[in-house]
Amino acid sequence: MHPSQDSSGRLLLSGNEAVALAALHCGVALGTGYPGTPSTEILEGFGALGGKAQWSPNEKVAAEVALGAAFARARVICTMKHVGLNVAADVLFTMTYSGVDGGYVLIVADDPGMASSQNEQDSRRYAEAAAAPMFEPADSQEAYDLLRTAFEVSERWHLPVLFRLTTRVCHSKSPVTPRFPVGVAPGETGAPTPEFIRNIAGRVMVPGHAKPAHKRLRAKLADLQAWNEAEGPNRVERRSAVLGVITGGISYHHVREAAPDASILKLGLSYPLPMKTLRDFAASVERCVVIEENDPWLATACRAAGLTVESKDDAIFRFGELNVDRVRRILAHDSSPEPMPPRGKPPELCAGCPHRSSFEVLKELDCIVSGDIGCYTLAALPPIAAMDMMIDMGAAVGMGLGLRHVLPRDQAKHVVSVIGDSTFLHGGLPGLVEMAYNPPATGHVLVILDNGTTAMTGQQEHPGTGRQLDGAATYQVSYEAMARAAGVKNVVTLNPIREKARFKELLAEALRKDELTVFIARSPCILAAGRIVAWQKELKAKEAAAASECGPDCTCGNAPGGAEEDGLEGNCRAASPDAAAGLDRAGCGDPAPQC
Amino acid sequence: MSLNPLAPINVRFAGLGGTGVIKASDIFADVVFRLGHTVKKAEVHGMSQRGGSVQSDVRFGPEVHSPMIPDGACDFLVVLEPSQVEVVREGLRSGGVLLTPADIDVARLPTAKALNVALLGRLSRQFDFPEQNWRDSLRTHFAEKLHAANDKAFSLGRSV
Repeated sequence: MHPSQDSSGRLLLSGNEAVALAALHCGVALGTGYPGTPSTEILEGFGALGGKAQWSPNEKVAAEVALGAAFARARVICTMKHVGLNVAADVLFTMTYSGVDGGYVLIVADDPGMASSQNEQDSRRYAEAAAAPMFEPADSQEAYDLLRTAFEVSERWHLPVLFRLTTRVCHSKSPVTPRFPVGVAPGETGAPTPEFIRNIAGRVMVPGHAKPAHKRLRAKLADLQAWNEAEGPNRVERRSAVLGVITGGISYHHVREAAPDASILKLGLSYPLPMKTLRDFAASVERCVVIEENDPWLATACRAAGLTVESKDDAIFRFGELNVDRVRRILAHDSSPEPMPPRGKPPELCAGCPHRSSFEVLKELDCIVSGDIGCYTLAALPPIAAMDMMIDMGAAVGMGLGLRHVLPRDQAKHVVSVIGDSTFLHGGLPGLVEMAYNPPATGHVLVILDNGTTAMTGQQEHPGTGRQLDGAATYQVSYEAMARAAGVKNVVTLNPIREKARFKELLAEALRKDELTVFIARSPCILAAGRIVAWQKELKAKEAAAASECGPDCTCGNAPGGAEEDGLEGNCRAASPDAAAGLDRAGCGDPAPQC
Repeated sequence: MSLNPLAPINVRFAGLGGTGVIKASDIFADVVFRLGHTVKKAEVHGMSQRGGSVQSDVRFGPEVHSPMIPDGACDFLVVLEPSQVEVVREGLRSGGVLLTPADIDVARLPTAKALNVALLGRLSRQFDFPEQNWRDSLRTHFAEKLHAANDKAFSLGRSV
């Protein structure tokens, strides 16, 4: 990160960059997460600044790794997009009970308007449902400043806290004046030193422990609410006595521009709400309007407390993000049809993208495609239009199995589950286990599109790439070995571009059989190919040094992987003699072209 | 430019994913920020990088609130892809300045990819910022091997 800096030391940062810098300055010991627009650059930025940052296979694991670190008194962040919090919700709802010993800030990025998401769910509801305090910065400076406040709150009340960003806060750049890193400013101490202090009753959430823990949690929240009233990061800006607006997040800036004379109550800690502050503000103006994106969460809370407030017309403004024009309309009670935004060009799969080839094959065979989330979801759009459903990460496998279980045989035989590499490791793996555990009578076919990167979010590493967040080499999982270990008999690896005809032939054969088949369609993302090839060359050079360790059957000259001791096939890059047979092959992971 | 002396100057860059829209807006925001202005910049990442329509808003002045330019309030609209001109034209205020590839002698570009920099050169004529600030910013935003081509592209746009 080389941000613009002006002569007064201000930096021009996106909200994500500001959070990354703040995390560094707060002495965060560990950052975890899973990539997801618009949150991805936080963890990447934190790593680039020298912080210890790592991608997990999914948000649940990321939140759990962070929780373990926070139990050991470390200061941690965990980043994800809004739908990622659904995956991590199981952890969230009980770690508020246990509480934490170190500061734990779970950063969640909502996407009102769905710039790059499958829904526009509102994470504020998670704060209330899971009883987790929630901070909502409005811009990069606040994102920077509030992260430190979030750690102070987390450590004072021993609670994990949510830090809600939205697309426009994440990806808009605005000036930031950084402060001293913690421990540097006079009177401040640094982050605590990790240490394990046993607390079985506090961390083992069996009913006998969880019942008092729930009561403790509610007492903490009551105390925090009182603090939020008295000295929380909320601000009243007195201007007009006629119009007052209650708002927070990016909407604050839209309001300032749309109604420069309005008095404003701007919330920075929106759960637990400072109800007395809200009540006093509402009573101080003739007309009080709640301006919020997404759900009418704040307006509903105000009304439930007996406040008289106006709110947006949810028949119109609940959909999409707000902007200056829309805020003007809300304030003017203007619910007339809005001007249609110009129709831009929709995105499409890159020329030369291996997914194009794969979906051409699926289309030619008239498959019913249970799809998933990634670049390849673009194959649902014309002219390819060869994906039939996409709901959530990993759903391709389960939905495909459900279709197979109930459809008439002739239709069931056409069902294929298609999932990307990163998405498979994120949420598809339990589906693979289900596939072998409850196999449909017609069998099933799962295609893992392995392009060697998390392409959609900007080419992040994952456990299938063999590289960590910073590019450092690590163990590379084998989809082939996983499929076989789950109980799938037929495992085929091929290159969907170079072996397109073979792919079609073998897929047709697999669809005819009443058996389980997993295809790994492996060809690198063309945007990442240069980097992947360079890395593979480097790895090969290293492995060549240990070539003598290869097994007697190996023809590739590469060293076996570290799992061989465990009886798995490891990372040996040789194509086995069975590879040519295609189906029923028992060879190791990688396709012949790499050997 | 505007009746309100505090109102920000609104500059929108538009094109398709991969045409250098974000890069051009980053460079422009950098130039004005280093000159001491308050700057805000808004764009949407994600699907847009797959060849779809992309826009990036840069607003600067003594006071900037929303990072997004209101409807029809662009003072300058810089369009990097001819097919997008009509799509985004309505964002321009009456009397605003539209810059498109038609304003550049593209045959003289050192490389087609440098069109964004040539349009920055063209945009630079609209402001009385020191030329060196633009050139310095270009250098911090590109690898050294691209400096010569970008300098040439910038000069091509600025000299139109």
